Amino acid sequence: MSDVTTTAVRRKLSPRKKAWVAQGVQYAILVAVVILAVININGQQVVNTFLRADLIESMLGWGLAHAFLNTIVYTVGAFIFGLLLGTVLAMMKLSSVGPYRWISNTYTEFFRGIPALIVLMCFSLIGVALPGFEFPSVTLGEFQLVSVKMSTVWMALGMVSAAYMSETIRAGIQAVPKGQMEAARALGMPSGMAMFRIVLPQAFRIVIPPLTNELILLTKDSSLIYMMGLAAGEYELTKFGRDLANSHANITPLFVAGLLYLIITLPLSALVRWMERRSDAGKK
Amino acid sequence: MTETFTLPNGLVMPRTEFTTSAGEKLLVPSGDREEEVQIYDLHKSFGTLEVLKGITTKVNRGEVVCVIGPSGSGKSTLLRCVNLLEQPTSGRIFILNREITDPDEDIDEIRTMMGMVFQQFNLFPHLTALQNCTIGLIRVKKMDREQARAIAQENLEKVGLGDRGGSFPAQLSGGQQQRVAIARALSMDPEMILFDEPTSALDPELVGDVLSVMRDLAEGGMTMMVVTHEMAFAREVANRVIFMDGGVIVEEGPPDSVIGDPQHPRTREFLARVLDPTHHHEGPSAAAPEPQPHSNPNRRKRSRLF
Repeated sequence: MSDVTTTAVRRKLSPRKKAWVAQGVQYAILVAVVILAVININGQQVVNTFLRADLIESMLGWGLAHAFLNTIVYTVGAFIFGLLLGTVLAMMKLSSVGPYRWISNTYTEFFRGIPALIVLMCFSLIGVALPGFEFPSVTLGEFQLVSVKMSTVWMALGMVSAAYMSETIRAGIQAVPKGQMEAARALGMPSGMAMFRIVLPQAFRIVIPPLTNELILLTKDSSLIYMMGLAAGEYELTKFGRDLANSHANITPLFVAGLLYLIITLPLSALVRWMERRSDAGKK
Repeated sequence: MTETFTLPNGLVMPRTEFTTSAGEKLLVPSGDREEEVQIYDLHKSFGTLEVLKGITTKVNRGEVVCVIGPSGSGKSTLLRCVNLLEQPTSGRIFILNREITDPDEDIDEIRTMMGMVFQQFNLFPHLTALQNCTIGLIRVKKMDREQARAIAQENLEKVGLGDRGGSFPAQLSGGQQQRVAIARALSMDPEMILFDEPTSALDPELVGDVLSVMRDLAEGGMTMMVVTHEMAFAREVANRVIFMDGGVIVEEGPPDSVIGDPQHPRTREFLARVLDPTHHHEGPSAAAPEPQPHSNPNRRKRSRLF
């Protein structure tokens, strides 16, 4: 009886040996694909399509830095607007007044459920569709600090991201132990003060990593502005890259624009990972 | 009986007639400044569960009252009603002869005169030990920072943590956190301090430090209402012990009589179980433990907030 089982096991590969074989096969496939690619791809053609030096040079001359800066301005403005609105919405969700909760929840469901592009299109048309209405702008002497385009974009993207952020912030507030509010009230703090001095600071500490993720998403969503009618000085990375790519029938400008998005988003995601590691360590 | 009394601020207040659920007519409050806490016919229900079934008692200035009793007997709920962290269902509570059960009364102001120490410490984790003690002074009492810091430092020294003011709660042991919580309550210069099972969440070897701080406070004349399972502490420090079971006060009096020579069979049975936990006692409440809305089922296990 025992002899039979022994031979049966010997004939098959042991699980560990099977794993070694599988790993070997995977490496073999990878090496084969790389060799085939190197043989078949024309390096010069790749460079000419994706990274043409003269085009990169002309991009720099045509205001690439300005477009990069505009992307940051559009994103940060929308983020701040969204954060303020999202905080108000989060407090409404936790309100004891029923209608506030309904309004806030409806808002969230609505703006999470429709494409950001449609919101942006609506906002960019409001000025035309609603005669006499104009988004605010701020001018300091000769210098226009906030253009109508900027405030339009900030509100449109901000309203969409507020829907996401309100849920994140609400969860953060609820993650603060109930005893914190009780201890604050027991010291004689009114409920508003206890909320702003004790609960919210802890809630924001909890939600900083997810809010940074929201900032990354917003950076990429700012590319949707490309469909608005923009003056040259208002171009952001995507619009800038697309215009140049179309006029030269070459992918280089879009490729470079994409790389510049990475310059913003990669450090941010590294920051999120660092913060999450740090807060994990704090728990131990 | 007088129909009016005078508050320390000179305000003359009327005394009103109050009919208890048992039909007894009382004139409340007493108006006696020595009677800091007055509780009349307090009832509290959570949904259909009646946790407090008519509590009437008083705490005098400088008195240390320990409330003991089995889990779910309503002792924590009683304490939380005294500073209105729980809203009583009926009954009337007066703190310093001001009615906290009256919606017109400013509860935030009364709470500044009444410290609270929690089972789970509830220190503010984003603030240092010193800031935990100053925030109430600065934000609620509008004191300037320097003065607040001096008071906080003085109280941290009183609890033996004068050198830990810069530490965050997460960097302190449970016993140290609870002592900071006591310093936080003391910093508000309260008339009285409520303790809700202050040592129940602590490792056994850390209990002693907290109890000795509380003993010092009691000797200093602080009015204290302490919900506790520490029978030795209650017997040594308390002026009066209240034994609660099933939402009512079963027995109350000096510790030597309630703990030393209990008259009621329920008190005897409870004390027998607490003082000799390995021995198995048969009894009505042992067979059917009451549901417990607040108390932590793992009370005796180590638990930490942070």
